[in-house]
Amino acid sequence: NHTQSKKPFPVLSLGYDHVRLPFEISLWVLLASLMKLGFHLIPRLSSIVPESCLLIVVGLLVGGLIKLVGEIPPVLESKIFFLYLLPPIILDAGYFLPIRQFTENLGTILMFAVVGTLWNAFFVGGLLYGVCQLEGHRLVTVDLLSCLLFGSIISAVDPVAVLAVFEEIHINELLHILVFGESLLNDAVTVVLYHLFEEYSSVGSITVMDVFLGIVCFLVVSLGGIVVGAIYGILAAFTSRFTSHTRVIEPLFVFVYSYMAYLSAEVFHLSGIMALIACGAVMRPYVEANISHKSHTTIKYFLKMWSSVSDTLIFIFLGVSTVAGPHEWNWTFVMATLIFCLVARVLGVVGLTFVINKFRIIKLTSKDQFIIAYGGLRGAIAFSLVYLLKTEHFPMRNMFLTAIITVIFFTVFVQGMTIRPLVDLLAVKKKQETKRSINEEIHTQFLDHLLTGIEDICGHYGHHHWKDKLNRFNKKYVKKCLIAGERSKEPQLIAFYHKMEMKQAIELVESGGGAKLP
Amino acid sequence: MGSRASSLLREEDIEEIKKQTGFSHSQITRLYSRFHSLDKGENGALSREDFQRIPELAINPLGDRIINAFFPEGEDQVNFRGFMRTLAHFRPVEDNEKNKDPTSGEPLNSRTNKLFFAFQLYDLDRDDKISRDELLQVLRMMVGVNISDEQLGSIADRTIQEADTNGDMCISFSEFTKVMPGKAIDITADLQNGA
Repeated sequence: NHTQSKKPFPVLSLGYDHVRLPFEISLWVLLASLMKLGFHLIPRLSSIVPESCLLIVVGLLVGGLIKLVGEIPPVLESKIFFLYLLPPIILDAGYFLPIRQFTENLGTILMFAVVGTLWNAFFVGGLLYGVCQLEGHRLVTVDLLSCLLFGSIISAVDPVAVLAVFEEIHINELLHILVFGESLLNDAVTVVLYHLFEEYSSVGSITVMDVFLGIVCFLVVSLGGIVVGAIYGILAAFTSRFTSHTRVIEPLFVFVYSYMAYLSAEVFHLSGIMALIACGAVMRPYVEANISHKSHTTIKYFLKMWSSVSDTLIFIFLGVSTVAGPHEWNWTFVMATLIFCLVARVLGVVGLTFVINKFRIIKLTSKDQFIIAYGGLRGAIAFSLVYLLKTEHFPMRNMFLTAIITVIFFTVFVQGMTIRPLVDLLAVKKKQETKRSINEEIHTQFLDHLLTGIEDICGHYGHHHWKDKLNRFNKKYVKKCLIAGERSKEPQLIAFYHKMEMKQAIELVESGGGAKLP
Repeated sequence: MGSRASSLLREEDIEEIKKQTGFSHSQITRLYSRFHSLDKGENGALSREDFQRIPELAINPLGDRIINAFFPEGEDQVNFRGFMRTLAHFRPVEDNEKNKDPTSGEPLNSRTNKLFFAFQLYDLDRDDKISRDELLQVLRMMVGVNISDEQLGSIADRTIQEADTNGDMCISFSEFTKVMPGKAIDITADLQNGA
């Protein structure tokens, strides 16, 4: 009966196939982590080259190596990107969003994100179509709708690339929130334009009705995303009310609820990015009041770790995919794309700032405009969106892919590497000392009340008036439902004081000063 | 309503207020119509009661202090000029006036004047110092009644300790300007689009 010969070691055997997937994922993550570690160990390297550039180079090298060995380098799959790599970065950004600066500059951010992206998409798309018509032979097959689709993909500023580069240069809060806010909010525009043009190009014609429906779609996608996010945010806050006996799962609720917000929004093709941001921003004040200090630290570090690893992986994979991806280089198209992108960005920023400055209290200077225009980096979202296109519908997909990669490389390498010296050269204000003092907290609140009062006396219902209304509503109704026990009545000032005390006490103990205490 | 109210305001008055406060013509006429509608006694001046009738101001924790800031020492009426002079502190600083010749004196909306206005709301006895008591009073107004005295006291102590550099246990105006948050210095109520 023993047809199979007995092996000398009956249990031992080589079964790589069934661990292949998790093993390779672990290897990639390990590579990403080691690279990150390595760049910070080499002295002065990280002050010259932004990390994202180095990561792309590593990706290129690894991709080349894999190709040399004879394997096919893996490509940054769109599904993996949108479902697993993007959410941690966006959640990290949304959870730690500086809400005050964000709401104070909301008008400007929305203007850049919505009008600016629309302008870029149509400007680049339209001009590219013109170039394709003029160029002749190969390019003449590219129709207007494909060009507009391409324009809408290429014109969205990428939150991942922007965050990665801007984190390092420590630019002042205003400029940071303007570029960063734009990159987060333009997702709604990009999603709508992308799906609309994709659909229209399979139908082939657009009517006035379609344009109108497009506008409605945009509102639904952005507001719907926010609503979905807010609902999950409130649910997370409400759940965290009851976790005082099961502290170990507190961090999980934050991650799972926000991830579900993202997925639920994506189910309906709403803007998942906006859902995540809304979810993070809504839940944070309530969750922080409910959960233990340790859980909060865990949440903070997990978010930071995930987003930083995702970020690293994305850039490495961008490099690897560049080696692997099917390419179709077309000088005219690539150069035209690059130039139009730059021109559209500069024109858009200058034009929009001219309008915005009529309404802003603190005007945007020409330096600010330059940094905003120059900081408009493109990244992996654009790549993944093109990668999703089907070759049957878009025969020029490979050429699009090459053009997008060129633009990403140009913005990340050239703009990313020169933005730091430029910021120094222009003497743009850097971020000030970030440590929050108790005086600052008290006087800020004092000024808020004062300005609310003055606005009410003037009969002018502005920013402070509405913020005051919202605060009162929150204090009167929402906090009671979402925060458990005593802390629901605790004013912000007291909470801030506790947090500061705690931090200083820990620092004191860690520095060994505790021994000197009486 | 707006046109009738502004017709009560003479053109030369507007010019003078414009010079004094830096408000634009349309902002002045708009604020005059607001002033007129607050003036229930119709005698060209506002009393404390006129201010207290503003519903939102009544629930503002600093409401009374803000109202008092409009009245010069010992008076209980404020005319339109006085009203405008107080509001001028909150006018946004415009780019073209930042680099104007420094000899023409400080405009009411300069950074120092803005901060001094806020400082005086803390400093009740006008001795140019914020004492522990004065700080406690403001804190109590802002946090409400269900916080214990000791807790507020320790916050007040901490605040003074952090800001006080000369060791007199009070916050002077120069110490106050140093600990002010860089961003909030622009205490500029958005009167921009009030035309």
